[in-house]
Amino acid sequence: MIKYILRRILLVIPVMLGVSFLVFTMIHFTPGDPVITILGETASQESIDQLREELGLNDPFLVQYFNYVRNIVVDQDMGRSYVTNRPVANEIIAKFPNTLRLALLGVLVSVSIGVPLGILSAVKQYTWIDNVAMFFALIGVSMPIFWQGILLILLFSVVLGVLPSSGFNTVQQMILPALTLGTGSAAIVARMTRSSMLEVYRQDYIRTARSKGLREFMVVTRHALRNTLIPVVTIIGLQFGFLLGGAIVTETIFSIPGVGRLMVDAIRQRDMLVVQGGVLFIAFTFSIVNLGVDVLYGFIDPKIRAQYK
Amino acid sequence: MSVYTEKRQSLWLDAWRRLRKNKAAVVGLIILVMLVIVAIFADVIAPFDFTTQNLNAVLQKPNSTHWFGTDNFGRDIFSRVVYGSRISLRIGFIAVGIALIVGGSMGAIAGYFGGWFDTIVMRLVDIMLAVPTILLAISIVSVLGPGITNLMIAVGVSNVPTYARVVRASVLSIKETQYIEAARAMGSRDFTIIFKHVIPNTLAPVIVQSTIGVAGAILSAAGLGFIGLGIQPPNPEWGSMLNAGRHFIRDHPHLTTYPGLAIMVTILSLNLLGDGLRDVLDPKLQD
Repeated sequence: MIKYILRRILLVIPVMLGVSFLVFTMIHFTPGDPVITILGETASQESIDQLREELGLNDPFLVQYFNYVRNIVVDQDMGRSYVTNRPVANEIIAKFPNTLRLALLGVLVSVSIGVPLGILSAVKQYTWIDNVAMFFALIGVSMPIFWQGILLILLFSVVLGVLPSSGFNTVQQMILPALTLGTGSAAIVARMTRSSMLEVYRQDYIRTARSKGLREFMVVTRHALRNTLIPVVTIIGLQFGFLLGGAIVTETIFSIPGVGRLMVDAIRQRDMLVVQGGVLFIAFTFSIVNLGVDVLYGFIDPKIRAQYK
Repeated sequence: MSVYTEKRQSLWLDAWRRLRKNKAAVVGLIILVMLVIVAIFADVIAPFDFTTQNLNAVLQKPNSTHWFGTDNFGRDIFSRVVYGSRISLRIGFIAVGIALIVGGSMGAIAGYFGGWFDTIVMRLVDIMLAVPTILLAISIVSVLGPGITNLMIAVGVSNVPTYARVVRASVLSIKETQYIEAARAMGSRDFTIIFKHVIPNTLAPVIVQSTIGVAGAILSAAGLGFIGLGIQPPNPEWGSMLNAGRHFIRDHPHLTTYPGLAIMVTILSLNLLGDGLRDVLDPKLQD
């Protein structure tokens, strides 16, 4: 098991180096001069040259990339924002808890609605319960989260006046963003759980469990559910990436100061180091979550454990 | 040759016959065809130009002249939603086309030849998949700048890894089949085998993925529009219309209702059709 976990951890390193190279290359070749962004159009040639030298922008491309990665790994330094002159890493770390909290709440909503709905739908296949659940799942999958957010604000903030439409400090403020982000994902999880459960239901060991005289509740919870989990955990892991992406939009709707909003503002101000840092940070988080999901497989699936014994 | 053609035709005819029996898929297809017709004939259907402002008729609720009401510039929302279908569908189909051509070719060549090219392509795919799709699209837009062409490229490129994976997986299973072996034994060149035998046989999973992919591309483009990085005003893109309308949500919710509904109906139709196509074309589900 430890061999399996170590192998997965080692696989994250080349992927992260690849992501950093990809993002660095893209941003490097973006039109516009960062020195002009910092000093303004009216700066003298002398100060432009001096700052360019200080920032290492005269170095060859690969040297610049190597320095960037070395600074991140050794000093946790992602450079300074062109606009605020504050360290990019500090800006991201200050905003990241909100984004992470939002994404985790989204996962919570997604799992607590999606998994029971999927199980219920599979157990009651082809009944009205299944039809209604899958109809709502289809609507959930098709509804853009930004529209859903607006509708939730309209209902709970404007019409009923029971929940606030912005901010992210109190529990009340977190409910609407979490619902907005998690509902679409819940629909996907529900559909996945249903189809996974139906596949397990066709297996011989389920028939055996029933023929032993076990109650249906026991068949579902003891035999079917555990075997349904692998694809469901996979989809939840993948959904986390979707939720991190969705958090950018959700932060915009509810004015939440997170990494997503930071990046959107940075793009508008052409503050490309912040954009670069934000993308890297979210990709890193996503990779860690995927790593966690893979490790979880090892615990859920004895077949994976056996491979690495 | 004739036997092969006949069999291929019967597969697609059979698929069409079964698709017609799937009510949800037929509903999806009908809605999609209607949306395409609306997009093509937007000039005829829309009663007003999408940029025409009428400052004497701002923020009107839906009425007999303005079926979906007017926005804060007095522009007819119905006309803007109708023209918006043209933009959204165009972005959806072209972005998926880009993803399919680039990703599909990469996946087909990687899967067929294997070796170092396969390793490079698959590592590149892993790297791209480590960045959430919408974030990748945002990064590309931030580099290229806003605009409809850049948006199509951004959304298309961010979906390349998905298609590379789907096509590669399909090619890997097909290249071991006997008819490929037979083609090779008859002296066909690799290029001919890939384009004449392998790619046509990967079409089923690609069609399913593309149908759902168009929905994803439309959602990504609308999401970018919503956060202000997509199509710029006064172009009537549904996402940016929602963004503009949300500031008036308290007293004029109709500004966001219709563009939101338009996105949802479009995505719903593509999902219904995609689900139906998967049932029909995926051999694992056919029994």
